[in-house]
Amino acid sequence: MERKFSKFLIYLVLILGAIIMLLPFFWMFTSAFKTTQEINRFPPDMFPSHISLNNFQRAFAMAPFAKYFVNSVIVMVCSVGLTTFTSILAAFAFSRLRFPGRNAIFSSLVALMMIPFEMLIITNYTTIVDLGLWDTLPALILPFTSSIFYTYILRNFFDSVSDSLYWSARIDGSSNWRYLWKVMVPMARPSLTTIILLNALASWNSFMWPMYVISSDANRTLPWGLQVFTTEAGSYPELLMAASTVVVVPVIILFLFARKYIVRGVARGGLKG
Amino acid sequence: MRVVLDHITKRFADVTAVSDFSATLNDGELVCLLGPSGCGKSTLLNMLSGILPVSDGKIFFDDEDVTMLPPEQRGIGLVFQNYALYPHMTVLGNICFPLETQHVPKEERLARANEIAKLVHVDMLMNRRPAELSGGQQQRVAIARALVKNPRLLLLDEPLSNLDARLRLEMREEIRRIQQRTGVTTIFVTHDQEEAMSISDHIVLMKLGVLQQNDLPQNLYNEPANQFVADFLGNPPINNLPGTVSGGAFITEEGDGVVKMPLFEGIADGRKVNLSVRSESFVLDPDGPLACEVTRVYQMGKEEMAYFKLGECDFRAYIDADEGLKVGNRVRLNLKKRGVFVFDRETGERIK
Ligand SMILES: Nc1ncnc2c1ncn2[C@@H]1O[C@H](COP(=O)(O)OP(=O)(O)O)[C@@H](O)[C@H]1O
Ligand SMILES: [Mg+2]
Repeated sequence: MERKFSKFLIYLVLILGAIIMLLPFFWMFTSAFKTTQEINRFPPDMFPSHISLNNFQRAFAMAPFAKYFVNSVIVMVCSVGLTTFTSILAAFAFSRLRFPGRNAIFSSLVALMMIPFEMLIITNYTTIVDLGLWDTLPALILPFTSSIFYTYILRNFFDSVSDSLYWSARIDGSSNWRYLWKVMVPMARPSLTTIILLNALASWNSFMWPMYVISSDANRTLPWGLQVFTTEAGSYPELLMAASTVVVVPVIILFLFARKYIVRGVARGGLKG
Repeated sequence: MRVVLDHITKRFADVTAVSDFSATLNDGELVCLLGPSGCGKSTLLNMLSGILPVSDGKIFFDDEDVTMLPPEQRGIGLVFQNYALYPHMTVLGNICFPLETQHVPKEERLARANEIAKLVHVDMLMNRRPAELSGGQQQRVAIARALVKNPRLLLLDEPLSNLDARLRLEMREEIRRIQQRTGVTTIFVTHDQEEAMSISDHIVLMKLGVLQQNDLPQNLYNEPANQFVADFLGNPPINNLPGTVSGGAFITEEGDGVVKMPLFEGIADGRKVNLSVRSESFVLDPDGPLACEVTRVYQMGKEEMAYFKLGECDFRAYIDADEGLKVGNRVRLNLKKRGVFVFDRETGERIK
């Protein structure tokens, strides 16, 4: 009896939490289909009176969302690809290769994780300007081609793989390079999936950095383009909601598909053994 | 291929795992590297495979000095205790892996993988992954992967210790069969003396990184070089009676037995020794030198395993069941010629 009651309480709290979390999304979705009158009505309606894609058409006409979308994809693919590649190499080096100062270097890298990205913005900004990359897509990619956190997660996984596998491969004639790509990387697939997904989400949602280094319309990514759109469409919240829906839906779909990998991979990479 | 270990030493930061180890292993033989846990067997094997560099000494494969050769150039196959199969590859993928690194053409690769899989009886498991195999099957796959590139030397590090008792017996016969079929020189590491006795052509016994004896299995048992070898081999373990030598005879420290045997002639008076006797080397003899009491008797078919007490010293012996020994009997025992050794009690050295 008591157990049933505590279970009931737990579910009640979880359901309430879920509703609070989902409410803004629900509001965004439904508002994206409302007319200007409906959205300004008070008290507000829960649902639009009829479904029309009118808001989406108008929003797309007001700003080059297709261009933003392509930019976002390019930036995401390049930075995720490069980050994954460099993290794999670094994690392998720190896990397997013997070189002087290995542990000291790794410890100091991990310590660097403490520094928030915001503190690096100014130095990164001047670097980008000095390189003449201001207001170009590479400015969005270059600072995001490596990651200490992902290196750390991967190294933990690599460390958990038995030495005997490495020596078997070496005796079978494998170089380090071949061992890394033929044995370690396929084995690390769950951890890698996690890393790639987390990284893709972060890249897709990145807002602050693009705001500093991108000004022209043609080089904006979705979140930054959307931000500009809020001022231009300030008096049309229903258009803003339609545009937001377009940005958020791919992420939600991705997350739903990949949910179990994200949780599993972080749990696995963090633990040893 | 003949393997020569020439004064091999391996020092780690705080221990010398192998010290001044010299041995020659004959071509085509299955040699067991035997010794208690932590005596340096894996260390020695890893130096042979090139995983560990030697601190001192040289290794020869036939006449080639391979001491400095990296593992991939030594032409060896290695099976680890945990098998170390690649978990994301199928059995076929695992067996083919060494051939892929050698750029063997695909058709030949498949042919050779299939042939070796048949030999070790895993040909019906080719598309499974390691996680879908039993311990014994993983073991076979690991052996197939080590053999597929036709190594000059096959190294097995405690290959049976992860298997249950019944499978262990079966796999040890299998390893023997596969080794004899391929004729590959094989070094088999184990801490199990029975395993070593049952399958090897030669046994190399070591203790704390030092070679004790390199000999035929029956010689290790019948002619142990020192106390450690005598103690390590044999089940039940050998019986050790402490005593001293006096006037060409052995005086037991416990009880008051005096054993006169030609064995003791020529040993200096007062030397402290162990008289070590295999359990099958006692006989009942009313005129025998050892007066003892029977403390326990176990029926074992035609023979009985009897426990005797001589002063404070216990020992076990096989006695003919017809003698009808009873607990509490006082009997006298004599010694046979075979299976009786004298060791110096301080140094453990055999005195002949
Ligand atoms: N990498 C190492 N660093 C330091 N000591 C080691 C290392 N490997 C083995 N040893 C030591 O060397 C000795 C022999 O170990 P090992 O060869 O693994 O024994 P075995 O295989 O016979 O059980 C042990 O005392 C062990 O602690
Ligand atoms: Mg070992």
